[in-house]
Amino acid sequence: MGFGRIEHHPVLGPLASRKEIRFTFDGRPFIGYEGETIAAALLASGVRTLRVHEDSGAPRGIYCNIGHCYECRVQVDGQANVRACLTPIREGMDVRSGRVLPKPFAKENGWT
Amino acid sequence: MTDVLIVGAGPAGLSASISCARYGMKVKILDEFVKPGGRLLGQLHQEPDGTWWNGIREAELLHGKATKLGVDIELGVSVYQVRRTESGWHVYTSKGDYHAPYLLLATGSAEWPVPVPGWTLPGVMSIGAAQVMTNVHRVKAGGRGLIIGINVLSAAIAREILLGGSELAAIVLPARMTGIESSANPRAVMGAMSRVAHLAPSPLMKVAGKFIKYDFVQSMGVRFFPRRGIKVWGVPLNMRKAAVRINGETKVESVRLARVTAAGEPIPGTEEDVPVDFVCISGGLYPLAELASVAGNPFRYVPELGGHVPVHNERMQTLQPGLYVSGNITGIENAKVAMAQGTVAGLSIAADSGAGGARAGEELEQAVRQVGEIRKRSLIHFHPNVAEGRLKMEQYWQQIRRSRQESP
Repeated sequence: MGFGRIEHHPVLGPLASRKEIRFTFDGRPFIGYEGETIAAALLASGVRTLRVHEDSGAPRGIYCNIGHCYECRVQVDGQANVRACLTPIREGMDVRSGRVLPKPFAKENGWT
Repeated sequence: MTDVLIVGAGPAGLSASISCARYGMKVKILDEFVKPGGRLLGQLHQEPDGTWWNGIREAELLHGKATKLGVDIELGVSVYQVRRTESGWHVYTSKGDYHAPYLLLATGSAEWPVPVPGWTLPGVMSIGAAQVMTNVHRVKAGGRGLIIGINVLSAAIAREILLGGSELAAIVLPARMTGIESSANPRAVMGAMSRVAHLAPSPLMKVAGKFIKYDFVQSMGVRFFPRRGIKVWGVPLNMRKAAVRINGETKVESVRLARVTAAGEPIPGTEEDVPVDFVCISGGLYPLAELASVAGNPFRYVPELGGHVPVHNERMQTLQPGLYVSGNITGIENAKVAMAQGTVAGLSIAADSGAGGARAGEELEQAVRQVGEIRKRSLIHFHPNVAEGRLKMEQYWQQIRRSRQESP
């Protein structure tokens, strides 16, 4: 449904062939191409939601796509807060979307 | 040993590196992105003579020239702090620290967000994000989109999205709300767009552009703006409809539009939902200048340059010794101006360091004139009174310099 790579571009020409890269997102296997960022490879496969908001659980995806907004932060090979829009995929990379974090002191501080 | 550190491998940073390296200076460029070229990478538009300005090719040319001259470019590196030392500048990055006598900030610009309700849903992105996906990564932003925000950037990128094979349902304004007054005011937008009417593909915009220079005529322009909109690259552009909210449970499903008054207020009962799977928000650009602030350089607010700008002179020197700026950090202009400014900054550094001798000084004067000429010849002006803004900045520079000399 409207997702995918632009194989033939009327001005930029055909997409050069690149090496396939296998990685996982929340344990699901994905295939991307060398040089692609995590955000680009996932969007090409139809994945828009990269994480949930740590407090509200609302789904989030890319916003600025060039590293300014941090909306696309994911966990990469155990490292938290990695920007999916700036990080190229690597063979065997383990990407995770993160989860809602506990708020053990929310109630007593009146944040709920 | 590095002589010059440059933050940003865009048109300004790459051009500056070439000027410095030509005089034998050792240059290192740091950039966060995966490829060199900065904002050049996404650009793809047709010049008046029909030829294409392909930013990817321009970036490759600059990158090729720089590497041939021995410029070292490190990608995927984020700079988060800079500090002046006795012998220059210390730069803290995500991959270790660097030091050099000269530091050039060529960090470019960022986009103003427009927080239309629903804007955090997956599928909503800045117009620049869609541009990078489409042209740089060659991945579609989606099947059918809608653009919120009418300005030079959105009109240009609309065409790029279409060339990439996605559909666009409409280009509309955001509904008027706190904080986004000017970008939601049809009258102001009409005025701003009239200055780029010579680029507009629609004959109506061309004609309208000539007449809507005055406030009264602008409001008439909005009133007579065809209810169905005009077509830009075949996409309806409508100044009488505005986006009220973006709908969707877990991703974008549709955009709610409403008819608006000439002042941009939504008219109740006129809402309609337009089904789309992605939305691009276009709020315009502002100079990305945090590092100049961290470096302790004074700023001035210059609306003609797009926001708060680090005080600098036409030689791209700041008020901090050894610190230079060039490109969109000094004001929002097109890539050709940024390249010319980069050349100025590079020559300035070569001249100030003594590496360039008298020749760099001569070239510098010529390069400064060149910036003005390129600006004059430019078809695309993001801000119509940019030359006025540049004059203001030169005055700020001189004022502060004078006051510092009087009270050391």
